Amino acid sequence: MSASKNLNVRAGLLSVLIFLALLGIWYIATASSGTANSTAGMTAEQIEYAKMMGKDPGAPKSGGFPTLGAMGSTVWSHLSNPFYDNGPNDKGIAIQLAHSLGRVALGFGLACLVAIPLGFIIGMSPLLRRAFDPFIQVLKPISPLAWMPLALYTIKDSSISGIFVIFICSVWPMLVNTAFGVASVKREWLNVSATLQVNPLRKAFLVILPAAAPTILTGMRISMGIAWLVIVAAEMLVGGTGIGYFVWNEWNNLSLTNVIFAILVIGVVGMLLDLAFGQLQKVVTYVE
Amino acid sequence: MWSDVTQRAAAAPKTSDVPQRKATTVTGFLQIDKLSKAYVPAKPVFADVSFTLDKGEFVCIIGHSGCGKTTILNVLAGLDTATSGNVIMDGREVAGPSLDRGVVFQSHALMPWLTVRQNIAFAVKSRWPEWKAVPVDAHVEKFVALVGLSPAIDKKPSQLSGGMKQRVGIARAFSIQPKMLLLDEPFGALDALTRGTIQDELMAIVRQTQQTVFMITHDVDEAILLADRILLMSNGNETPEGYRPGGIAEVVVNPLPRERTRTSLHHLDGYYPLRNHIVDFLVTRAKAH
Repeated sequence: MSASKNLNVRAGLLSVLIFLALLGIWYIATASSGTANSTAGMTAEQIEYAKMMGKDPGAPKSGGFPTLGAMGSTVWSHLSNPFYDNGPNDKGIAIQLAHSLGRVALGFGLACLVAIPLGFIIGMSPLLRRAFDPFIQVLKPISPLAWMPLALYTIKDSSISGIFVIFICSVWPMLVNTAFGVASVKREWLNVSATLQVNPLRKAFLVILPAAAPTILTGMRISMGIAWLVIVAAEMLVGGTGIGYFVWNEWNNLSLTNVIFAILVIGVVGMLLDLAFGQLQKVVTYVE
Repeated sequence: MWSDVTQRAAAAPKTSDVPQRKATTVTGFLQIDKLSKAYVPAKPVFADVSFTLDKGEFVCIIGHSGCGKTTILNVLAGLDTATSGNVIMDGREVAGPSLDRGVVFQSHALMPWLTVRQNIAFAVKSRWPEWKAVPVDAHVEKFVALVGLSPAIDKKPSQLSGGMKQRVGIARAFSIQPKMLLLDEPFGALDALTRGTIQDELMAIVRQTQQTVFMITHDVDEAILLADRILLMSNGNETPEGYRPGGIAEVVVNPLPRERTRTSLHHLDGYYPLRNHIVDFLVTRAKAH
């Protein structure tokens, strides 16, 4: 117990060290660029010419990779006021995140409602499993974004199209895992419920569901991971709101600090979502 | 010496077949009639398996792996179907699984996500769906106490030893108070010491509840200790005259007094001849060489 605790502490310390080292590299790599340009050794004409060409040698260089200080102040400004709303193109990070998470929740929730019952039926019936297999095999590898034009054309609403894309990418891992989990429930547990003459509904909820729950949750976890990957790309395409749109918008603003901040936020939120599903998985996992 | 139906061949003449069946309908609680199972139509694993069990009787079936013991038990449990023949229990044909027949599986088959209490309660609630929580719990506790597991009642199966898990399996089978019990080599995976204790417990419970039991075993001593009758089963084999399916080669009636114990078993008169007879059967006659 104490040995593993000790290991955790040491690993934590090492993580902090690696983080500091990365920040240090960043600091050193960006620190020199600010002072590199000067007007020394240039005639007035040359300076004038450079300005005309859009390369003002006197102005502070802002187009390069942001410095650590600039990054820090951006992070601070976003985190200190996450809920402001100054119109369509200027919303706080929390509002953007809420839009993205809302779309993911809706698309993912709908996918759960379809994939888990359908997976249950497919898993229980070898006939349906075989009948559905070609469809699943063909539809599964399609990039969810490939559905976007079709979704936009038929649904005619960019926000709902985004939700549809999340739905379609979340459905497959859950469907496949649920069907697999249900199909591989141990024969002996089914035999027990058969000899106890358990009715089908009770068997489904009290035997098959708990037996397959760890596999189903693995599917949900994979789906959530994919959904979070896809929402960023989908929002870049459909625009309007969301963290993906924020990234695209800040790229158009050439604000790299904001882009980097958004990338970090996407990473942290993705990690938190995965952790949440990891906890859920722990709850339903059983030791044989 | 101990055989009442010595050879399967004796059942072969078609003429004597019909009256014999009628006679058994009256006496037997469980009748197995001309059962056969074939995965390859020309070569049934076993054929012409007929025997009866009386109420309160403990019958063991013994034979080598692959002779079809488990298939017979599964047919009796209603989990498998025979290619031909039928099973009648208490005047009714066995056509599927039923709460009338409790089964103890070789691999305990407990649900690992439920505690001991919940595992048995699942069976009890299946048997008596109208029962409220309090009587269910009282019933569960009674049967857990019967196998001596009260201290472990709220543990998950993964926290129990192999012997304890099998005890839970036995308690679960008894808890639904079935008309008969089917045990598929329940002690096969246990070490000798644990096996002995649970055999004693099982025997005590069976004697106490007057339960009818059909049990598969590989262990000759176990069969002699527990069974009133022992069915010796032979494997299917290729003879010069052609394929001979497996079946019940002999039925041995246990001559030892019913109040026997594991510790004094080998001191009883008739124990060694009985044991030798069964071992000889297993070594020489049960399987083609």
